[in-house]
Amino acid sequence: MSASLTLVIVMAVMYAAGIYIMLERSLTRVLIGFLLVGNATNLLIFIMSGRPGSSPIVTGTSLDDTMADPVPQVLMLTAIVINFGITALLLALIYRSWWLAQLGDEGDTLTDEHAAETSGDSEVTFRSSTDDEAAVQASLDASEDGSDDDSSGADNTGNSDREAGT
Amino acid sequence: MATILLVFLLVSVLTPTLTRLIGLRVFYVVAILPTVAFGYTLTQTGVITAGGAVTQSLPWIPQLGISLSFRVDALAWLLALVVTGVGALVLIYCARYFDADEPSLGRFAALLLAFAGTMYGLVTADDILVMFMFWEITSVLSYLLIGHYTTKRESRGAALQALLVTTFGGLVMLIGVVMISVDAGTTSLAAIVAEPRGSPIAIWAVLLILVGALSKSALIPFHFWLPAAMAAPTPVSAYLHAAAMVKAGIYLTARFAPGYADSPGWLPVLVTIGIWTMLVGAWRSLRQHDIKLMLAYGTVSQLGFLMVVVGFGTRDAALAGAALLLAHALYKATLFLVVGIIDHRAGTRDWRKLSGIGRREPALAAIALIAVASMAGLPPLLGFVAKESVFTAFLEAGLAGDGWGWIALAGTALGSVLTVAYSAKFFWGAFGTRPVISDTPLHASRWDFALAPGILSVATVLLGPFVMLLDPMLAAYADTVPGGGDYHLALWHGFEPALLLSTIVVLLGLVIFAQRKRVARWQAAVPAWVDAGHGYGHTVRFIDRIAARTTHLAQRGGLPQYLSTILVVFVLALGAASFVNRTWPDAIVLWDYPGQVIIGLVMIIATVMAARVGQRMTAVLLAGVTGYGLVALFAFHGAPDLALTQALVESITLVVFVLVLRRLPSRIAEHNRPMHRRRRAIIGALVGIVMGTIAVISLGARQAQSIAAELPRLAVEEGHGNNIVNVMLVDIRAWDTMGEISVLIVVATGVASLLFVSGRSTEMPRLRESRKRREPKNRRRVVADPHASSAGHAVTRQSWLLGGRTQSAENRSIIIEVLVRLLFHPAIIVSIYLLFAGHNLPGGGFAGGLLAGLALVARYLAGGRYELGEAAPIDPGKILGLGVVLAVGTAVGSLFVTGIPLESAYFEADLPVLGHLSFGTSSIFDIGVYLVVIGLVLDILRSLGSEIDRQSELDEPGDDGEDHSTVPPIGNASSDAGDALGFDASSEWTPAEAPAPGTGPDTAPITQPAGESRNAPEGDPR
Repeated sequence: MSASLTLVIVMAVMYAAGIYIMLERSLTRVLIGFLLVGNATNLLIFIMSGRPGSSPIVTGTSLDDTMADPVPQVLMLTAIVINFGITALLLALIYRSWWLAQLGDEGDTLTDEHAAETSGDSEVTFRSSTDDEAAVQASLDASEDGSDDDSSGADNTGNSDREAGT
Repeated sequence: MATILLVFLLVSVLTPTLTRLIGLRVFYVVAILPTVAFGYTLTQTGVITAGGAVTQSLPWIPQLGISLSFRVDALAWLLALVVTGVGALVLIYCARYFDADEPSLGRFAALLLAFAGTMYGLVTADDILVMFMFWEITSVLSYLLIGHYTTKRESRGAALQALLVTTFGGLVMLIGVVMISVDAGTTSLAAIVAEPRGSPIAIWAVLLILVGALSKSALIPFHFWLPAAMAAPTPVSAYLHAAAMVKAGIYLTARFAPGYADSPGWLPVLVTIGIWTMLVGAWRSLRQHDIKLMLAYGTVSQLGFLMVVVGFGTRDAALAGAALLLAHALYKATLFLVVGIIDHRAGTRDWRKLSGIGRREPALAAIALIAVASMAGLPPLLGFVAKESVFTAFLEAGLAGDGWGWIALAGTALGSVLTVAYSAKFFWGAFGTRPVISDTPLHASRWDFALAPGILSVATVLLGPFVMLLDPMLAAYADTVPGGGDYHLALWHGFEPALLLSTIVVLLGLVIFAQRKRVARWQAAVPAWVDAGHGYGHTVRFIDRIAARTTHLAQRGGLPQYLSTILVVFVLALGAASFVNRTWPDAIVLWDYPGQVIIGLVMIIATVMAARVGQRMTAVLLAGVTGYGLVALFAFHGAPDLALTQALVESITLVVFVLVLRRLPSRIAEHNRPMHRRRRAIIGALVGIVMGTIAVISLGARQAQSIAAELPRLAVEEGHGNNIVNVMLVDIRAWDTMGEISVLIVVATGVASLLFVSGRSTEMPRLRESRKRREPKNRRRVVADPHASSAGHAVTRQSWLLGGRTQSAENRSIIIEVLVRLLFHPAIIVSIYLLFAGHNLPGGGFAGGLLAGLALVARYLAGGRYELGEAAPIDPGKILGLGVVLAVGTAVGSLFVTGIPLESAYFEADLPVLGHLSFGTSSIFDIGVYLVVIGLVLDILRSLGSEIDRQSELDEPGDDGEDHSTVPPIGNASSDAGDALGFDASSEWTPAEAPAPGTGPDTAPITQPAGESRNAPEGDPR
């Protein structure tokens, strides 16, 4: 099969620009990047159908011999609709994060640096598990600490000694 | 056997409920189950004695050769009796050990029962992977059981220790299990052992499996988890940590020993580690003040002993190992249960505080004495018989010239000396009388508290003299070990070297016990050896911190950082792959037709501009241009369905974007830009280049004929449609479409649930008295605009849309209203046409649904949310639901008729306008798709349109006069109360009277004197 260089270049440019926009911090920009990448991906599938042909509708005439490959079209058709659904979902997410989190002027820009917070969290977890460990060790050590002498004086236990020994 | 396991599972699940009903008595009820399993195993004795095996096999994962196969041979028989017998007794014991108000008693009972079942499965499973599965389940259950006292720190810590150590061993073992089963070509344990392979893979695999066995049986260096696990309730210690779980490692070693004891590394590893463990365990046991820990370290010691014996690999050692295993299970479980009774009644386990128990509880002391004597190896008990046979086996091996025989003999003899010492000390500690302290007060208890340990003691006593009854069964296992031997288990073998050795061991042990004070001082003086427990703690903390640091390092940059990490990996991997690629397409043309270049140029320019502009809305529009560019490409390329769908989607997407973006602050926040522009550009460019390369390569990579060749015939003959794309969607690939509309439903629900914060309201926003207004005579009524009138300009005009009058005048456009009014119904009709004609012509459910959705969008844009409510007065959820019911109904319906889901049936007809129609079940499916798409669009409009309108009004309630709203409203900026007043828009209306939704007048009178009097001509300009 042969490829149309034009389509490939258009697709590559859309990918490049889409990724470039996606890497920004503003969620709306991420979404715009997503739109471009989504369209580029559709184009990629589209390129796979090869050279143009007639519509994949059976007419019973000679047109049928030059029909375009319908398989990529089927894949894309649902992809287009789902793309739309995901776009709407992302928009709803953007709106919700802005409206409910009361981000106000920060708009849709996320400041997701909670490094200090998470490291604090993990410290707490560490301490808790370390404490558990320490408690285990302490309870084991407690059984070995101190002298082995029972204050009663072990000499007067011959009775049970003999019991055990026989 | 599989049935027994299934019953175990079911009863375990029911146990918590049962516990709520009958309390502690539940233990008696569930103890029936292991008792039955015990009895069932006894019935297999005949087969076992004859040297046979009972097998059962159910297919499970035939692709991997894994089946639920069970095999009870002599070894499994012995273990099965131990785990079910001790299990039943421990469960009975629990009924007295716990108080009725013990928290989470039901969970405990269920877990303990499940554990008994799992152990039964473990020892009877023949498929090595099934065995491994049970192995891991015991780890998890033991975690839950050790951690029974969830509020205690040491309980939690010990549970985690046991879990981490045993699952670490289990993972290592899994590698070995997979290696050996692949190498042997079978997953059957019996077959793997019967035909041992000497390949390097098998040798390594067995060593890896040994790591699992060592960790499970708490041998050095994994031994520390077992003493820590004493934080568990005593029944758990007695069962898991004496009789059952820790025996799993011993069992596995015993299982492999007949085949692999002579494989390199086996004997050195087992004998060295076993003896070391035996000595360390006994040494530390002597130091303990807590009698339960004394037993725990004693168990560690005995497990080391057992490992040496069962792993030794001679026939007589195997026989001795089997006897010792049984003896240990009996006496150690007894002792743990006795300790539980003492702990329960005296409230302490520190022997320095216990006094006079033996004098006051002679029966308990007698039970314990029997067990202790068996542990020390005194006649005429089972422990003595077992130890005699061990010594004899090692002695014979040594005499036969095996150096390891002497090492094992010396090591285990020394260990046995210490065993005698700590056995004596245990009994003295638990039951002795210490004159200085008064007798320890004891709580009263029922006699049957000591029932379970009593029965176990009786077994210990009886099996000593009558051990010859057991001999044939145990010999049946021992005989599978290659190399002869004719030793038989018996109480009396005459005056033998082993008897002499036993005597010396006991005497030396008693000497150590007698000198215990000196020994204790000496022990205290010896510096603590490297403590594996502390080592474990350091290791775990170290791993924790490494993990946290790595996470902080890799996960700090936010979304852009993560995305670029993924993308860089993508570029490197696929870029490298495309470098080594050798298949390129035959020909690369510059363009398919000249127009393509023009469309492409437009798209490229729009794309580049979208990346450069700062304005959000502009960028969205430019992205839309690329979408419309695709429409053109599709149309010229022979893809009319795609062009249609893409055009509709692109339009709706733009509207939806506008709906949301109007609420957000208009400027894009520029601060804290994380990544340098150049870096983003480089990553973007690289991805673009790689994707382009991939596209070219994959075009050249095709080798097989496209499946497309068959499709026209299939579409026409099987699908009764000429439009191949549509037929594929609703018939040939209908399953995919089913999945895709499910995604759409999820998305629609997601959008709605994100926006409707306080629950999706069941009512659509409707105009009050909507029915009345629909009456013809009221349709053309002229109303005054409330905003206009309140501002002093009594502007009135007619409404073309039902919701039009809810709009403030400045937001109304009469042209749009008229257009929407004229186009809405035709659009709906066309959408239905597309739906049905799609089978033969471009169109179909997706396109039709999108067009209908677009018509609704138009209604909403022109008339606001009330207009939308009037246009589609149905909950979108219901439309979505109806759609999916139709689609699923088609699938299920044909399942009932033809047995194949989504098989289509047809009838054909010629209809005017639509032409020749072949109406099939696939058309019903397409209607489902159509409805789902409409539902999606409607849900999005309701959420991102109407609900955002409402929320923005709540946000800025004071829109009285000065319009300071930063939000450009779509359609509707008036308050809810104002909407309700739409019809009596009037001179009386003032904003102050209707401050909040729901407080306005309920009825909106149709009669409207003020409005009538200012009757203006239709289309009166404002």
